[in-house]
Amino acid sequence: MASLKKLPPGVDPRLLIKDAAKSLPQPSRRLFLRGAASLGALSMLTGCDIIDGPTAENALRVVSRFNDRIQALLFSETTLAPEYPESAITRPFPFNAYYSLEEAPDIDGETWQLEIGGLVDNKKPWRLAELNQLPEVSQITRLVCVEGWSAIGSWQGVRLSDFLKRIGADLTAKYVWFQCAEGYSNTIDMPTALHPQTIMALKFDHQTLPAAYGFPLKIRMPTKLGFKNPKYVTAMWVQNNDAGGYWENQGYNWFSGL
Amino acid sequence: MTAEAANHVPAVCDRASEPVIHPRWVRVTHWINALAMFVMIGSGWQIYDASPLFQSLYFPSQIALGGWLAGALLWHFAAMWLLVVNGVVYVTLGIMTGRFRRKLLPIRPHEVARDFVAALRGRLSHDDLSVYNAVQRLLYLGVILAGLVIVASGLSIWKPTQLKYLTAFFGGYDTARYVHFFAMSAIVAFLVIHIALALIVPKSLRAMIIGR
Repeated sequence: MASLKKLPPGVDPRLLIKDAAKSLPQPSRRLFLRGAASLGALSMLTGCDIIDGPTAENALRVVSRFNDRIQALLFSETTLAPEYPESAITRPFPFNAYYSLEEAPDIDGETWQLEIGGLVDNKKPWRLAELNQLPEVSQITRLVCVEGWSAIGSWQGVRLSDFLKRIGADLTAKYVWFQCAEGYSNTIDMPTALHPQTIMALKFDHQTLPAAYGFPLKIRMPTKLGFKNPKYVTAMWVQNNDAGGYWENQGYNWFSGL
Repeated sequence: MTAEAANHVPAVCDRASEPVIHPRWVRVTHWINALAMFVMIGSGWQIYDASPLFQSLYFPSQIALGGWLAGALLWHFAAMWLLVVNGVVYVTLGIMTGRFRRKLLPIRPHEVARDFVAALRGRLSHDDLSVYNAVQRLLYLGVILAGLVIVASGLSIWKPTQLKYLTAFFGGYDTARYVHFFAMSAIVAFLVIHIALALIVPKSLRAMIIGR
């Protein structure tokens, strides 16, 4: 449930509104510049006479899927994202979403549960207190937004690969899908889920994760762009079909690896 | 390679006896590159607008490509293949055929200064299109180097984890964005001069289309 609440310290409301407005999906906007220039480029690019938008859009999406495969090949489970000293942490760390902070989910940590599903032996839901008892890892890494800006943050939580093993997940499955409280969702590849720096973040800078950064659970993976790092996570499914995601379905590259 | 051989020896063809100034591989890679750069720069401007490096500078979407961030990214990461594959072919052939060495070297500072002054006075001759003056050599070599920098800095922004040493070489992720931007600026500045001069000396445009 969204509700009005006070901004946490370090969140600039002006930046917040600006970012939210910038990311707002507009159903009217098309992927393509309408005009002679793009049509000319298009006919040359595709090498055929078809110059209508949807066909070219499909062609670009085919290339984007090809880029997913290239990025999966480039991805190394042992290559770690650079880590930084405490002094490098960006303060205030930005809030960023397609909605304002006031509209961000306000979750009760007492009643919240992480639902587990799919190719998993033990589908028992997890309460926050239970997750907090699991061994904690920490990282200070750079969050890179698809928009281009970046910010260095400090996250603590449970290594996702450890958790997947603990719940008896089929690690040969292809994908892990996350559902979030506000309706956001995305799917990641299993190699990234098993990467040592992919964590179920329960804390930011050693404090309970603030609402702005995804309380009670954010999946933090420094090997992917920011939008692939879901916040306010409520369910996690291990599966073999790609369930897509909020931004991916609108045209952002699926793999979005760093 | 046969086209390059024709560049050494004045070509004797059935229809034309003029020497070939630009062998076919140069012309083909030139125009593929023109298309790739058009898409990369246009979409790059749209991507820039999502998080401008400079408060007062943004690119109106009328002159950018992609309509919004996701569209621009699709264009950018599609045209990147065209740019890089074509660029590798061009640079490899340029080095292996000796064309770069023959056409672009040596670059002597005093000759650059002399030709630059002559160019400003409108006295620089383009009579022999097969020989580049010192300013042309500097600009053509410069834009090839800017091309290398823009590709390398672009890769370091795209993959700051998998290519983290490259990103570190450019001073880290945020600095690499500036490097990428300034390399684009240098290339656009080159294009302004390059296209203006091609229009002023139309036979140079003809040579890049039909070779002579």
